[in-house]
Amino acid sequence: MSIGHTLLGLLEAGPRHGYDLKRAFDEKFGHDRPLHYGQVYSTMSRLLKNGLVEVDAVEAGDGPERKRYAITEAGVTDVERWLTTPEKPEPYLQSTLYTKVVLALLTQRNAADVLDVQRAEHLRGMRILTDRKRKGDLADQLICDHALFHMEADLRWLELTAARLDKLRQAVTR
Amino acid sequence: MTPPPGSLLCAEQLRKVYGPTVALDGAEFSIHPGEVVAVMGPSGSGKSTLLHCLAGIVTPDSGTIMYQDRELSAMSDGERSALRRSDFGFVFQFGQLVPELTCVENVALPLRLNGTPRRPAEQAALKWMERLEVDDLAKKRPGEVSGGQGQRVAVARALVTEPRVLFADEPTGALDSLNGERVMELLTDAARTTNAAVVLVTHEARVAAYSDREIVVRDGRSRDMERAV
Amino acid sequence: MNARQWYRDLVMGVRFTVTGGREGWTRAVLTGVGVGLGVALLLLTTAIPSALDARHAREAARTDITFSASAPMPRADDTLIAANVDTEYGDRTVRGRELEPEGPRAPLPPGVAEFPAPGEMVVSPALKELLASDAGKLLRERLPDRITGTIGESGLVGSAELAFFRGGDGLAAYLGDQRVQRIDHFGDRDSGAEPLDPVLLLLVLVVFVVLLMPVAVFIAAAVRFGGERRDRRLAALRLVGSDSLMTRRIAAGEALAGAVLGLLFGAGFFLIGRQLVGGAEVYGISVFPSYLDPSPVLALLVAVAVPVAAVLVTLFTLRGVVIEPLGVVRTARPARRRLWWRLLLPLAGLAMLYPMMGQGRDHGNFNQYLVTGGVVLLLIGVTALLPWLVERVVARLGAGGVSWQLAVRRLQLSSGTAARMVNGIAVAVAGAIALQMLFAGVESDYTRSTGQDTTRAQMQVSVPQEVPVAGAAAEFAATKGVRGVSAYAEGYAGDRRSDPGTTAQLTVGDCAALREIARLASCRDGDAFVVRDAEYDTDTRKLAVPGRTLYLDPSWEGVPRSKEIPWKVPSGLRAAGTRIGMTGGEQSGFLLTPKALAADAAPALTGQVYLRLDRGAPDAMERVRNTAAAVHPLATAMTWSDTERSDRFTAIRTGLFAGAACVLALIGASLLVSQLEQLRERKKLLSALVAFGTRRRTLGLSVLWQTAVPIALGLLLASAVGLTLGAVLLRMTETTVRIDWSSVLSMTGVAAAVVLAVTLLSLPPLFRLMRPEGLRTE
Repeated sequence: MSIGHTLLGLLEAGPRHGYDLKRAFDEKFGHDRPLHYGQVYSTMSRLLKNGLVEVDAVEAGDGPERKRYAITEAGVTDVERWLTTPEKPEPYLQSTLYTKVVLALLTQRNAADVLDVQRAEHLRGMRILTDRKRKGDLADQLICDHALFHMEADLRWLELTAARLDKLRQAVTR
Repeated sequence: MTPPPGSLLCAEQLRKVYGPTVALDGAEFSIHPGEVVAVMGPSGSGKSTLLHCLAGIVTPDSGTIMYQDRELSAMSDGERSALRRSDFGFVFQFGQLVPELTCVENVALPLRLNGTPRRPAEQAALKWMERLEVDDLAKKRPGEVSGGQGQRVAVARALVTEPRVLFADEPTGALDSLNGERVMELLTDAARTTNAAVVLVTHEARVAAYSDREIVVRDGRSRDMERAV
Repeated sequence: MNARQWYRDLVMGVRFTVTGGREGWTRAVLTGVGVGLGVALLLLTTAIPSALDARHAREAARTDITFSASAPMPRADDTLIAANVDTEYGDRTVRGRELEPEGPRAPLPPGVAEFPAPGEMVVSPALKELLASDAGKLLRERLPDRITGTIGESGLVGSAELAFFRGGDGLAAYLGDQRVQRIDHFGDRDSGAEPLDPVLLLLVLVVFVVLLMPVAVFIAAAVRFGGERRDRRLAALRLVGSDSLMTRRIAAGEALAGAVLGLLFGAGFFLIGRQLVGGAEVYGISVFPSYLDPSPVLALLVAVAVPVAAVLVTLFTLRGVVIEPLGVVRTARPARRRLWWRLLLPLAGLAMLYPMMGQGRDHGNFNQYLVTGGVVLLLIGVTALLPWLVERVVARLGAGGVSWQLAVRRLQLSSGTAARMVNGIAVAVAGAIALQMLFAGVESDYTRSTGQDTTRAQMQVSVPQEVPVAGAAAEFAATKGVRGVSAYAEGYAGDRRSDPGTTAQLTVGDCAALREIARLASCRDGDAFVVRDAEYDTDTRKLAVPGRTLYLDPSWEGVPRSKEIPWKVPSGLRAAGTRIGMTGGEQSGFLLTPKALAADAAPALTGQVYLRLDRGAPDAMERVRNTAAAVHPLATAMTWSDTERSDRFTAIRTGLFAGAACVLALIGASLLVSQLEQLRERKKLLSALVAFGTRRRTLGLSVLWQTAVPIALGLLLASAVGLTLGAVLLRMTETTVRIDWSSVLSMTGVAAAVVLAVTLLSLPPLFRLMRPEGLRTE
């Protein structure tokens, strides 16, 4: 999962301090694994270097100076591209997919589209596997089946999520 | 409307309302000969209604359906019935075999409805049952065969008239995965050899994986994923 | 297993009927209505004997004029003279009595509060209504007296009876007339109701059995309405842990609830039906609703037998069904039906009837138990044989079109269901054919030729002795619609004043009239003739001695003294040849022209006027009756017909037709219900067939075949059993066995029409089910 894209997406709602970003991330996505502030700092500096964010303001306080980041035009495009690009179907994808869906909801994008695009990608992969299975021997079939069942599980999760988009939207935008 | 070049069956702007429910609201569809298209979507999204409209079982409230160069949506009930007998085949979730007829009689039924005499009809039926590996069930009644066998008999029944379009509504819905996949393999193989188009309504990804492409129906609107991507 | 467990399961079943949602209610109401109709019919039928009894009792209580000879009663202050002045209007009989009280203690007839004075009358409500209406205008001319009251229910035998009492005067002069009597009480003390003829009793018995059997079969079918859905519900109960005995008890509870509901409906239908019957008149017979009281024992029997039968039938049906938690398994291939025990039933029936073969009507009543048992067993034999027959025949049926194939295969798979559906009709038809055959055979015995020659006269009016026949003849000749009149004065001459040893007829009429009844060489007024050689007449020869004194209207022992007028046989007596008279026999005795009879002899003769009517004039008969009433209140007009039939016979026959019609309609309704239920069960399949492009015609025809094949077999079997039963019954009554094909055809035709109607009525729902909406998954 891409922390950079996630933080960028969070910035779309408006400029934030690095610490606010970490808190927002932890709250929405980092339930089991909170982000280190160091991770935020290094990611933001990479994004700054790539011109996807800019420093909106610097507050000089008693402690270290606090930078407020804002997303650039290029940053928005990058988030857009990331969301509409399906993930390569592979095991344990759900955290990325979940992040994508939530971000799409947070940024008022069409989350159903994210799901549809992902389903199409999954199906493409499953077609290839199915085809291989039909032509292959028993070993091939069993290996393909394993992959197919995992992808099917992802897809089921996608469908379930799609069915609960409204509830999810209420939950994440609260 | 002008159908996409080479398409066998296509539909545009379909709208169908059952009482207070809007089943279809601007759905589109097209399929080429020999193509297998999966129609996916959550339950209640209008998948089955789309299939029924495409097959000429139900007439849409508005929109057009073209089959080859004829407008299906403008045909009379009798004409559509005749077309279903001659050009279309059907597989349903629960087989819907006639319980009192033997399996071979069930398979021969569409031919007989078309006026083929009993003997040649049953010979043709047996040939198809062989292809679907259920010829040993010929004399049994549907109540005496397993779900997977019954569904294969149903596929044989759908293919016996060598239809141009095969409509399958959740054909594996009542089967376990092994039986379901076997039915799908046999169905798609048979369709490819006769160059029939297959409209496959399913909510199972592994069944949809037997298709060439899928369209997604949501809230009565369709989305062709190939064009979208 | 304790009683509480039993009770709990039964109550649970009952609750299912009530709480089963819309579906549960529909099923309960269907069963309730079905059983209710059957129960109502049962109650009405069981009430018929008591209704007839009630009628009979009323009739006996108001009897005034008896035909039994009794010593003349002297006038007293508790006597009255009653005269029978019945008349006919159209084809309805009007009971009429003229009453003349002779003292202050004269008895009042039942239902009358006060004697009407001369010129006044009290009438029944139905007659009052008729007289006030346009349709009763001609009758009002005949009965012009002032209406001063109505006859109460206790004086009438039916709600629609036409009756009147009117005040009379000077009736004592007519006491010699059979229809005028002095009485001191109403009511027949020694209610000597003539016993029913054994053959008529046999007929009544068979009619009851034949009508009630299909009702029983129908009730058995009605408690099975919705059976398949119930089985599925029971399967769900097995899933949550009830064992198979429990499910059976729950099913029994449901059946019980349906049957009790049916009893309630039945009581309701019966009460409604009773009122309807009370307001209606069937072939001249009407009854008051209060007459239709089923005897308590029979009603109790119905109330107990119906629920018990419902439970038994349910348990019997479940016999071949294994209810598993995951669904209903019908024992895969039921054992082939065996023939031998099925044949035992009708054979036992025949064995019970056999001893009474050739008994005829002269050896007392038939053994009612043997008759009932035999007929019941024969008819039950139909329901036992039919499933076997259907199974065998259907298994052999071969190929055909798609619709035929669908129907035949379905029948092969469930021939039992198909046979059960038509059992009721088969039993009804078998019984009806047997009865029709019996009726047709016996009919000739109860229909006798009257000998009346309706080409020569269509009406006959008898005029009392007091009225000069010539004057009356003139009145009739002047009546509109009368084309010709032959008038005679008739009487008897005997060799002694009283109790004569030999008698001869004496007829007076003009030459034209005499020529109608004898061949005369020539005739002038003043001539006297004698017919010596008429059939069955030996006395005339002995008495026709010119100059011998005979006595006109001689007296007979035990009846009031009559006129006994001496008459001398005229000397110029000429012989006349015989001719068939208008009443069918050869006229015998003395024939006189008016001048040949001394005037003082006239009172000894009664007038007979024969009338030829203009058949085109619609009211001619009513006008003649009006004229007759005007000529003399005691003049009676009769309409001639070639044959006359025993009234009782007509009533039974009427009952049969009405009953058979009701039963067939009832069975048709149950057929329709089960047909629709089967179609609903197959909704999904029908839609799938439509998707394949199956034509409506194909499915419609297959539904028709599916009903028509078992019905055809049922009718075949019913005809065979019916004809056998009919032949046996005819042999029992010693009547020539003759197959009445027309009745076989008409009864099977009616049954076939019922099937056709059921099929037609089930087509619209079928087509509705065939709509593609059925494919939608709810």
